[in-house]
Amino acid sequence: MRKEILDTSTLDSDGLKKIDAYIDNLSGNKEEQLIHVLHHAQQIFGYLPKNLQWYIAKQLDMPSAKVNGVVTFYSLFSEEPRGKYTVSVCMGTACFVKGAEKVLDRILELTDSQKGKMSDDGLFTVQDVRCIGACGLAPVVTINEKVYGNVKINEVDDIIRRYKRGEKHAS
Amino acid sequence: MRVESLDALKKWKDNIPSPDTKTIRILACAGTSCLSSDSDLIIERLKEQIEKHSLDTKVELVRTGCVRLCGQGPLLLMEPEEITYVKVHLDDVDEIVEKHLLNGETVERLLYTDPKRNEIIKAAKNMDFYKKQKRIALLNCGSIDPWNIEHYVQNDGYEALATVLAENSPQDVVDIIKESGLRGRGGGGFSTGMKWGFTLQEKSDEKYMICNADEGDPGAFMDRSIIEGDPHALIEAMVIGGYATGAKEGLIYIRAEYATSIEPLRKAIEDAREYGFLGENIFNSGFDFDLEIKLGAGAFVCGEETALIHSMEGQRGEPSTKPPFPSQKGYRGKPSTVNNVETLANIPVILRKGAKWFSSIGTEESKGTKVFALAGNVRNIGLVEVPMGTTFREIVFEIGGGHPDGKDIKAIQIGGPSGGVITEEYFDTPIDYDSLDSIGAMMGSGGMIVMDEDSDMVEIAKFYLDFTQDESCGKCTPCRIGTKRMYEILERLTNMEGDPDDLERLRTLGENIQSSSLCGLGQSAPNPVLSTMEYFAEEYEAYAYRTKKTKYSVDPEKCIGCTKCKRVCPTDCISGDVRQAHTIDESECIACGACYDVCPKDAIIKP
Amino acid sequence: MKLIDKMINCTVNGMEITVEKGTSVLDAAAKAGVHIPTLCHLNLHDLNAVNQSANCRVCVVEDDNSGRLVPSCSQEVYDGMKIETDSMKAVMGRRTSLELLLSNHPQDCLTCVKNLDCELQSLAHEMNIKEIHYQGEKMQHPIDTTSQAIHKDPNKCIMCRRCITMCNDVQTVGVLSPLKRGFDVVVATAFHMDMGDTSCTYCGQCVSVCPTGALAEMDASSKVWKRLNNPKKHVIVQVAPAVRVALGEEFGYDPGEISTGKVVSALRRLGFDTVFDTNFGADLTIVEEAKELVDRIEKDGPLPMLTSCCPAWVQFIEQQFPELLDVPSTCKSPQSMVGSLAKTYYAEQNNIDPEDITMVSIMPCIAKKAEAAREELSVEGHYNVDYVLTTRELARMIKEAAIDFNTLRDGTFDQLLGESTGAAAIFGTTGGVIEAASRTAYEMVTGKELKQVDFKDLRGIDGIREATIEMNGTKLRIGIAHELGNARKLLEEIRDGKSHFDAIEIMACPGGCIGGGGQPYHHGDSNILKKRAESIYKIDLGTELRKSHENPMVKKVYKDFLGSPGSKRAKDLLHTTYSAKERI
Ligand SMILES: Cc1cc2nc3c(=O)[nH]c(=O)nc-3n(C[C@H](O)[C@H](O)[C@H](O)COP(=O)(O)O)c2cc1C
Ligand code: FES
Ligand code: FES
Repeated sequence: MRKEILDTSTLDSDGLKKIDAYIDNLSGNKEEQLIHVLHHAQQIFGYLPKNLQWYIAKQLDMPSAKVNGVVTFYSLFSEEPRGKYTVSVCMGTACFVKGAEKVLDRILELTDSQKGKMSDDGLFTVQDVRCIGACGLAPVVTINEKVYGNVKINEVDDIIRRYKRGEKHAS
Repeated sequence: MRVESLDALKKWKDNIPSPDTKTIRILACAGTSCLSSDSDLIIERLKEQIEKHSLDTKVELVRTGCVRLCGQGPLLLMEPEEITYVKVHLDDVDEIVEKHLLNGETVERLLYTDPKRNEIIKAAKNMDFYKKQKRIALLNCGSIDPWNIEHYVQNDGYEALATVLAENSPQDVVDIIKESGLRGRGGGGFSTGMKWGFTLQEKSDEKYMICNADEGDPGAFMDRSIIEGDPHALIEAMVIGGYATGAKEGLIYIRAEYATSIEPLRKAIEDAREYGFLGENIFNSGFDFDLEIKLGAGAFVCGEETALIHSMEGQRGEPSTKPPFPSQKGYRGKPSTVNNVETLANIPVILRKGAKWFSSIGTEESKGTKVFALAGNVRNIGLVEVPMGTTFREIVFEIGGGHPDGKDIKAIQIGGPSGGVITEEYFDTPIDYDSLDSIGAMMGSGGMIVMDEDSDMVEIAKFYLDFTQDESCGKCTPCRIGTKRMYEILERLTNMEGDPDDLERLRTLGENIQSSSLCGLGQSAPNPVLSTMEYFAEEYEAYAYRTKKTKYSVDPEKCIGCTKCKRVCPTDCISGDVRQAHTIDESECIACGACYDVCPKDAIIKP
Repeated sequence: MKLIDKMINCTVNGMEITVEKGTSVLDAAAKAGVHIPTLCHLNLHDLNAVNQSANCRVCVVEDDNSGRLVPSCSQEVYDGMKIETDSMKAVMGRRTSLELLLSNHPQDCLTCVKNLDCELQSLAHEMNIKEIHYQGEKMQHPIDTTSQAIHKDPNKCIMCRRCITMCNDVQTVGVLSPLKRGFDVVVATAFHMDMGDTSCTYCGQCVSVCPTGALAEMDASSKVWKRLNNPKKHVIVQVAPAVRVALGEEFGYDPGEISTGKVVSALRRLGFDTVFDTNFGADLTIVEEAKELVDRIEKDGPLPMLTSCCPAWVQFIEQQFPELLDVPSTCKSPQSMVGSLAKTYYAEQNNIDPEDITMVSIMPCIAKKAEAAREELSVEGHYNVDYVLTTRELARMIKEAAIDFNTLRDGTFDQLLGESTGAAAIFGTTGGVIEAASRTAYEMVTGKELKQVDFKDLRGIDGIREATIEMNGTKLRIGIAHELGNARKLLEEIRDGKSHFDAIEIMACPGGCIGGGGQPYHHGDSNILKKRAESIYKIDLGTELRKSHENPMVKKVYKDFLGSPGSKRAKDLLHTTYSAKERI
């Protein structure tokens, strides 16, 4: 894992420059501003991959373990990339018995992604969630804020395709 | 333009033109709740229309902070008559312009109907919701434009600061605040004057004044409303606090979830600097003070003051044991004062109107007002500021308008995840710090959730515990493992896999977590469970002895056979012909409640 | 302030006592003769290693004035405080916390490395826990065995954070941190990296304070047993200076009691073919190092020269100060020198194929395990040292073999690499290496005999010490640091050009090797370390020869094999190189 962490060539160099500039501009004790630096970095990169955390640790001259300790403490920091659309498939009992698992599998297939991991095109993060309290509409899928109820397996293709095409409020 | 003295401030104030009685002033609520129902689009549209009809000279549009009656938003308040339009939709704007602004008529259909008396109420001040309220902390919220410093100055803003710097020593200020009887609104209820006194006493080259704007309690949003709606009040209070305690630097710690809603605060800080209310030599008094905003990153425990300080230092937000208290060793190891937003919002008003005035409001031991965020099974959802000593009944039934469908109210949850439930027998208790303490609840930050007869108290307790165990920092044993074990027991119970011993286990564990946890989070985490166990023991027993009915059933008397439930049931366990009473096969029912939600005749019986 | 102003009164279980302001409830109770259990608390006050995060809560007692429970380890007594250590509330509070810890702890005590040496286990016994009332989900983390040195089993961690205090505050290495929060919190490396991939120096101070089996040494005993059982292998063992003043503790001896002869005999009983003394290597190191120092002084640098026998310290500078790699001495450590000569000189003399030699060393140190695995420390494909056993591992092997340590007769080391001087003995404690080097350098530089060999200014326990030694009119300015946090301060001075030293000794562990991560557990009692140090100086005092260059066998090695100090052969066999490593 060491190699992977020390390799920052996978990170956008302009982004790193922005972080450098941000850190350079900080006054006073820079370590104290870690949380602000992380917010800033997450804004630029969308998330905080390990090599980025290491990079920030290095720039702030502090141990990576400390940075990682802070990143994993606060729920707003994410170590995983998130797609433009977060697709949540409810796996509560009602949805489960109505075939939510098949729906989930199909969505994963269509988005070409793994559960909880962003799809390669950066569009989707598909996840399963606990009951969202809409059992009457089971099975339920939400995409960002939008709720889709009574989702049939053959409708899934259509919905996902519309998001892929960039029709935002696909309904 | 620097304002160098109280006189200069007053001169400026006098030169700000006050609204003409002939002009119409529209106070448009841009609080978070209203914003989420598109109030910004409404405001945009109003602006366009006003321009289009060249009404600029006749109409003043003010984008305000929260007007409090969030459940009825978006809200528009039309001055001078205070005609209040509720649940305004974007499509309604043109009609309002047409009728109200151009023709002086009222748009009747947008007025508020009092559901109890079924009568239309035109002016906000006549609504039950507002009648019993008394504003101190929320004084300017919803009445001024938070982006405009002139509005604050027009409402006596910064006069308290100017006066204090010219006439009082720090000790004087501490004494005034002590005398006012103000107690911390962040939950602890500690005397603010005493706290300031402690920091003042400490000898140190550096001290800090810190505002706790973490507001992590789910459902509470009074601090946010103050920050958004009256940011200068907070700034003025911080400078005064800095002066009184000997701090030259102030920090406002805001949860990152509020990051986008603090723009008015940033603007206000800039303006305050420009006018010399922040920075060096404020009001030519020789006192320097400046403010910095620090962001959280999503952790409830960071509301605890020592955790908050560590978070501001760029660390994991883990609390540390007290003593030493922040007033001894706080931010960067230096004496620091941590105060809640609402506490601070009271300060300028107290200094303007006097300690005596303030202490005349409220009860013997709790002075002034408290803001509550009223929510749950209650008609008027929103922010409520009332004098201490107001009863639950007044808040829930008079201000809140009772249950929306007239159902019985079973309990009131107060204090969020650290608090407990109040049952009917205590609804007439005058609310203050000590009365709540004595009935096993606590003020907390002021979240107040009304629960009706349908609420399952065990599930509710479990919900809160899920929250606290998820938010536990994980540092001390009782909180880290204990809350998890409590949650596991509750889960066992609600899954009907528990046993009667679990009840004793739950109670003993809860009591020990309360007594031996490191910080307030752990010490209060068991409260929702222990308090519901005390007042709703039978609900726990039903689970423990597995006598609880968990499946839904149909009341054949009420069922009209509409088949709605049958169609919605995810497991297809409802049978029955059209216009015949339906039945539920309990062996297949998964208790999701879908049928209950769709039944038009209340014929589904909840377990 | 008058003493009387500093004193306050309180009661402990009804007994009135007077204590100094600032005293903890725990210490006040101890003064009243009342014992309070503790777990997370660690107080090596004189070594600046204090863990006072008050997180375990097994030390809570009742403050009778408020009726509240307070953590006795970190709560200070106030005037008029009424402490109840045995109220029902306090007992229940302590019990519950302990039971909760146990509910999240594996129950494999019988086969745990810490069995009978575990503080959690002792507390469970002390508090009469016979049943754990709260059962539920337990932590599940992979066990990390990727480093050569440290075995990390997070499932046994109780989050006392002593290791974090050692790693971050004392050593300033910062490899460990709590990650996540709530029940999911875990003490881990950044990103859950393998320990072997991090900037861990393997100083082992985390291990030496871990109350449970969460952190331990990577046990090499089974591998050593295998070699001992292999008749084709010539198994040589060497024993470090600090081992002989600590091993006895494992067999009931008082802290610091010297058991050199018994150690040798025990090793023979275990089946080692040859028993050498690392102290011989220490003498050799001094001769080489003194020569290097004199050369560096004459050739204008680079100065200061830093000692290089502590492997954790070498790792530290490679990772944290890669720009300063020209300051440490290039000398190998004594363990490597002995290993290097055993597989060349000794092999040659005895006609043994180095391939057939297994070199085992008994060390007070965990980092020596990692040192032994360094590529740089091999000659012609043979690692200088094959296996390293810590003092604790050796004790376990002796017990395993049912050797009655107490009745062993005193044995003596084998030649050629078994002779040593008093100067070598003091390698085991902070300041010892530089004192030994000074004795030799003095005579090298001045050509005169050094009469007073005790450089008392160099001794002591302060984290950073300095002294000046006169040699022929030139002043040698010496710095000493133990604990890596103190080393960091000196290194920062060197980096910033502010250092005014010629030679610096650095030891990673508190007190030097006597406080090494592989020593018998001190359980937070720093007196044990002091006793060990005293014995080290006792050995020095009781040895006839007290200057390394006077060691007859060292002279012989130079004469027969190496030539002179600093010769080509000495450079090849006894010196090493360093390389910068990226810090993580
Ligand atoms: C778990 C926990 C969460 C807290 N959250 C908040 C909070 O969100 N806002 C706040 O003002 N105080 C919060 N507090 C209380 C603070 O620790 C502190 O008492 C308060 O900010 C002091 O200000 P006051 O004296 O003006 O009330 C919290 C305390 C605990 C234990
Ligand atoms: S189970 Fe899917 S919404 Fe409840
Ligand atoms: S020993 Fe005091 S809290 Fe752990």
